[in-house]
Amino acid sequence: MKQNVFGLFLTMALTGAAQAETVFVTLEKDNALAVVDPVAGKLIKTVEIGQRPRGIAISPDNKFLYIAISDDNTIKIIDAETLKETGKLPSGEDPETFALNPAGDRLYVSNEDDSQVTVIDIKRKKAVKQIKVGVEPEGITVSPDNLWVASASETTNMVHWIDTKTNAIVENTLVDPRPRALSFTADSQQLWVTSEMAGTLMVLDAKTKQIIKNIKFDVQGVTADKIQPVGVVIDKDRRRGYVALGPANRVAVVNAQTFEVEKYLLVGQRVWNLAFSPDQKRLYTTNGTSNDISLIDLETQTVTKSVGVGTYPWGVAVKP
Amino acid sequence: MRPNTRLLQIAVHILFSVQLLSVNSAYAEAKQTINIAYFTQEQKVPPPLSNLDAFIPNKGILGSELAIDDNNTTGQFTGQKFVLKKIIVPLDGDVAEAFNKEVGDQFSHVVLNLPAELTNNIADLPAAKQKLLFDAATVDDALRNEQCRNNVLHLLPTRAMRADALAQYMMKKRWNKWFLVIGASEEDRLFAEAIKRAAKRFGMKIVEEKTWEHTYDARRTAQSDVAVFTQVDDDYDVLVVADEQGRFGEYLEYRTWNARPVIGTQGLVATSWHRTHEQWGAVQIQNRFKEQAGRWMEEQDYAAYLAVRAIGEATTRTKSNDVNTLKNYMLSAAFALQGYKGNPLSFRSWDGQLRQPVLLAAPRSMVAVAPIEGFLHPKTELDTLGYDQPESTCKWSK
Repeated sequence: MKQNVFGLFLTMALTGAAQAETVFVTLEKDNALAVVDPVAGKLIKTVEIGQRPRGIAISPDNKFLYIAISDDNTIKIIDAETLKETGKLPSGEDPETFALNPAGDRLYVSNEDDSQVTVIDIKRKKAVKQIKVGVEPEGITVSPDNLWVASASETTNMVHWIDTKTNAIVENTLVDPRPRALSFTADSQQLWVTSEMAGTLMVLDAKTKQIIKNIKFDVQGVTADKIQPVGVVIDKDRRRGYVALGPANRVAVVNAQTFEVEKYLLVGQRVWNLAFSPDQKRLYTTNGTSNDISLIDLETQTVTKSVGVGTYPWGVAVKP
Repeated sequence: MRPNTRLLQIAVHILFSVQLLSVNSAYAEAKQTINIAYFTQEQKVPPPLSNLDAFIPNKGILGSELAIDDNNTTGQFTGQKFVLKKIIVPLDGDVAEAFNKEVGDQFSHVVLNLPAELTNNIADLPAAKQKLLFDAATVDDALRNEQCRNNVLHLLPTRAMRADALAQYMMKKRWNKWFLVIGASEEDRLFAEAIKRAAKRFGMKIVEEKTWEHTYDARRTAQSDVAVFTQVDDDYDVLVVADEQGRFGEYLEYRTWNARPVIGTQGLVATSWHRTHEQWGAVQIQNRFKEQAGRWMEEQDYAAYLAVRAIGEATTRTKSNDVNTLKNYMLSAAFALQGYKGNPLSFRSWDGQLRQPVLLAAPRSMVAVAPIEGFLHPKTELDTLGYDQPESTCKWSK
């Protein structure tokens, strides 16, 4: 009884504090975009978006969504209010993951089958450069200070450091097998990289481009080969980072100062990508095979809710 | 339209590569060359069983070629150059002689695509002693047990691994009573042995066992032959067929006296690779292979791909080209090969067998991937398939 009252109080407190934000989730097998009200914990609607949507990002001004429509070989520009398509970007074949620069005028796409990264000028809707990288590039990100594009190739097992001014690779860091996702800290000092095969998180120093810390995940009762880290995000104060562990069905909470793993949070099945709420009080996860998203309250470090969204939720973006 | 786009892309690639090479230190100059030999013998074209599947003469080679390209893409950043030499011994040629002459002391890493007996003949040659051989063709458990050689690593899952994979699935489906149908060849007998071993391991029951003695050109007579052949006393849940050459197994399905699923070498099959496999990034390699080879990837292609990639991965990590360094690294816990099957692949230190998930596939659908969930192992669930360390009779010193 006591617990219930506390729970109710907590829910009210959260509801009171939260902004009216919207969570967008791409549904790979439904060819659709799910729109979720995370505060109410409700799926608002699902809209048709194109064949096999995967990567998703929102523009810095929160006006447009960019969605990789893999089987249509394009990245669509969607009005974040009306959800109508306003344009298309020449992504190259089978786009999956991409990254926006902080200004929101450049988009970098991994072209997995062609071992290259395509640089797109968003205003002109034009591909301005193709950069040869390793085999099967996937994870890609731009540093908040806009100096670096970091691209990870899954089969070459490398992080390629691309200078944003010249669009050329300046350095390569050999990392653990099958690197999947990467993310810079807000101060651009560190790059966090996950390895799906080794079950590790590597922290790279952006100056030296060397690995300064390698964290091996270990979940009790889960065999090592099920621990396949994918999505990674770090909060803006660099207090904690969060890593989605794929078929281990957990999100690892990593202390970003000591690099200790503080906790493993049980979420849905094959957790893949992660996104913060704008105030970074909540974290949203896409759970590929349980067809839902988990809502994590970061103040209490607990999973508060899961919301069914549709088949194969893949990417997630949040609009304030 | 499509070839033109492709050509253009290649042209763009070359342009950029050249440009980057000239201005950019990130593309290291080749400091180390790793020579790999691919060694095989021409095969006799088997009698056609149907007009559906054409004989593929170059299984394996095209996989090694794709892997060399992947290695070199990595090598451009690490300063390593990988060179593949393909040696194909003619049908009537002497394999040992060709090995001594063509491989000799020029290559320390050799991918072998040979039948079981020839594989060990080659492994026993004095010229092969200081080499690391990668067997990309055999499925014989004996080669990983009493006949194992310490200079050979094996890429394909053995018959026992396949049978265990099938058994796990049948157990999950509660198909506990098996009717085992065996072909006349020695290979069929070995596959049947593996099935019997699996039945024992997983507590399943073989209620009937029969050898196929009807005609092998059953296109006309299968309907009556199979119905009669499968009228057995004991009721069974599933028909398990051992017919590695595919001489009669395809005729069983839909023709059994009782309506029963067919599993084994036909029907639902256990394989290391299949065209219906698309999870864990497999779509990417299927696409890349098809674009380069103009056909689907076969098991031997996958095995040869993994062999050459294993060499690439080990040389990149160790920065070494030395046989013993590479072998020690490949057999260590640090080695993790990406094989498009979710789990990292690694070699069993006790017999040199690559541990890997086994695909259970129907002709047009991926049915399951073994190890099936729920089959547990203290070290890695992949070791629920095939001969685990305590069962192994291989005695090799590293």
